[in-house]
Amino acid sequence: MTATISTPSFDLLTLWDRLKSNYLLQKIAQAIFVVWFVASVTFFVVRAMPGNAVDVLIQDLTLAGVSPEDARNQASLLIGLDIDKPLPEQYGNYMLNTLRGDLGLSYKSRGLKVSELIVQVLPWTLFSVGLSLMISFTLGIALGAIMAYNHDTWIDHLLSNIAATLDAVSPYLIGLLAILLIGVTWKWISISDMRGAMSPGMQPEFSWEFITDIFMHVRVLLLVYVLSTIGSWMLQMKSTTIATLGEDYVTVARARGLPDSRIITAYVGRNATLPLFTRLAITIGFAVSGSVLLETLFTYRGVGFLLAKALSDRDYPIMQGVFLIITIAVVFANLIADFVYGWLDPRIRISGGEG
Amino acid sequence: MNFIDSLIKLLGETFKSLKLLSRNTMGFIGFVIVVGVVLLSFVGPYFWPPEQSANVDDINQGVTAKHWLGTDFQGQDNMIKVINGGRDIVMIAFITGITATTIAVIVGATSAFIGGRVDDLIMGLVNIWLTIPKFPLLAVLATVLKLNDVVTLSLLMAFLDWPGLSRQVRSQVLSLKRRDYVEAAVMLDLGTPHIIFRELLPNMMSFIAIATINTMTFAIYQQTGLVFLGIVPYSSANWGVMISAAERRGVLYNPQAMWSIIAPMGAIVIFQLGLVSFARSLDEIFNPRLRTSV
Repeated sequence: MTATISTPSFDLLTLWDRLKSNYLLQKIAQAIFVVWFVASVTFFVVRAMPGNAVDVLIQDLTLAGVSPEDARNQASLLIGLDIDKPLPEQYGNYMLNTLRGDLGLSYKSRGLKVSELIVQVLPWTLFSVGLSLMISFTLGIALGAIMAYNHDTWIDHLLSNIAATLDAVSPYLIGLLAILLIGVTWKWISISDMRGAMSPGMQPEFSWEFITDIFMHVRVLLLVYVLSTIGSWMLQMKSTTIATLGEDYVTVARARGLPDSRIITAYVGRNATLPLFTRLAITIGFAVSGSVLLETLFTYRGVGFLLAKALSDRDYPIMQGVFLIITIAVVFANLIADFVYGWLDPRIRISGGEG
Repeated sequence: MNFIDSLIKLLGETFKSLKLLSRNTMGFIGFVIVVGVVLLSFVGPYFWPPEQSANVDDINQGVTAKHWLGTDFQGQDNMIKVINGGRDIVMIAFITGITATTIAVIVGATSAFIGGRVDDLIMGLVNIWLTIPKFPLLAVLATVLKLNDVVTLSLLMAFLDWPGLSRQVRSQVLSLKRRDYVEAAVMLDLGTPHIIFRELLPNMMSFIAIATINTMTFAIYQQTGLVFLGIVPYSSANWGVMISAAERRGVLYNPQAMWSIIAPMGAIVIFQLGLVSFARSLDEIFNPRLRTSV
């Protein structure tokens, strides 16, 4: 009797265990959960919290001279929800709308769909943040390794102090300094070349002219992103490399008479870089957070710029949509980082445990 | 009498810490900078009260003997503005740093101590929280909530910032829990409060102090950012407000007026660097082993 009951449940359990220990599935499930969680938080802020965005919107509209009844209708229309329905039903509708990619309408620029506005600006942020993170990760790892190999020499002290300073100063201040020094004091690059994503009148197309123009406009912004993230990579790489250099397998590799270049890349470099991948998540979030300020400073038409504008216009539907998209982008980037990590380090993939 | 005794003892302890600190040059410089900024921001305004009127003759001056840090677009002295603009920044930094660290230590230590499912749940939520970009969330919340005062803003930032710290606290507690002296205390049945406050926390002090200071610099950065976006109102003339006011006046592109943006920026950078180099030296003060090896 007990055997017949326990057999199927035992099978289910092993299946469940296998799913649970599958690294990729685990990460995908976590990503989906995060997106759902953030969408719910957004709903809470927009609709359910005391003093929520919809109430504020109605208040703003009434203050602007719209009758309370019309204000409620307009708010319903903009948010894309019937605000007179009970909250759980609104939550359900909100989730359905979000799944369909319907994020409501902009409050300031009437009739424009929030989703369309975001699609227009998203590539610019992905391009600038993605490229600069790759540059700063590669360069930071190289410099960190140099610091570790020259531990306690003047190179190490100089680079460590530079890295610690860059790490301490906020991206926003680095951005201001960059404009101040490069654009105004030294006049290396004209201010008009720093501002905006491309020259006025330029059409997005796949041509040499367009590509050089984008890079001309993005270079100072890239520099600021790189400077503001490279410090932490350098310091972390230095400490992981020093730790790896003390490992037995490195000593063995030396004893076997392997060439230095092979030890540095395949033995030390690869293993010292691994732990940094887990830090990528925090850095991506940090860079995207910085984009709200930096894109505004450089008037670069990205997601951060759109959010900053929505904040000053108190355009709640855009705020809600952009916040959701930013989070999804970060979660997705994390997922990629997790996959790369699992691919680089088979131990993680097989044991499925925490890195 | 008892009070005086304990006061003398406290002074002695403080003096001892200062002496230890002075061995580490960078840390000592950092400490002096932090104390200097705090003193100047809280006492300075009594000696150099803010200027009430504009001086049309002295607009956007560079560095002169009369105005050490130049003047701004209203002809007011930048140095006086910097002295008067530090109070908010220092308060935000301290309130946010201390609140966030307190929550993080309580949650992180509890999570590590209880372990099992509670630990899994708390850390799962913390990991999710870490992937959410904090600054956009803060900006959206601050806009919806219409924040006006320094204390509420600091508490909101602390509420958003603690989860990352709590994960670090947890891993510290987990590694300390396996040390012999903690295991000995557990076997002697000295009680959880005794173990946490007498055995674990003293050994985590340098880590906690560094974490607090990191949160403080991050809070300063977030505050200046919110001012720049126009979310936190210009009610008082703090450094963040000075920077965005100057930026809005196009000072960035006017080399002559540059000092009105360099002055507050310099103040923030010096304060942050002071905090960070102080933090880096704290290990030596709290860890007697590092001390003797110097």
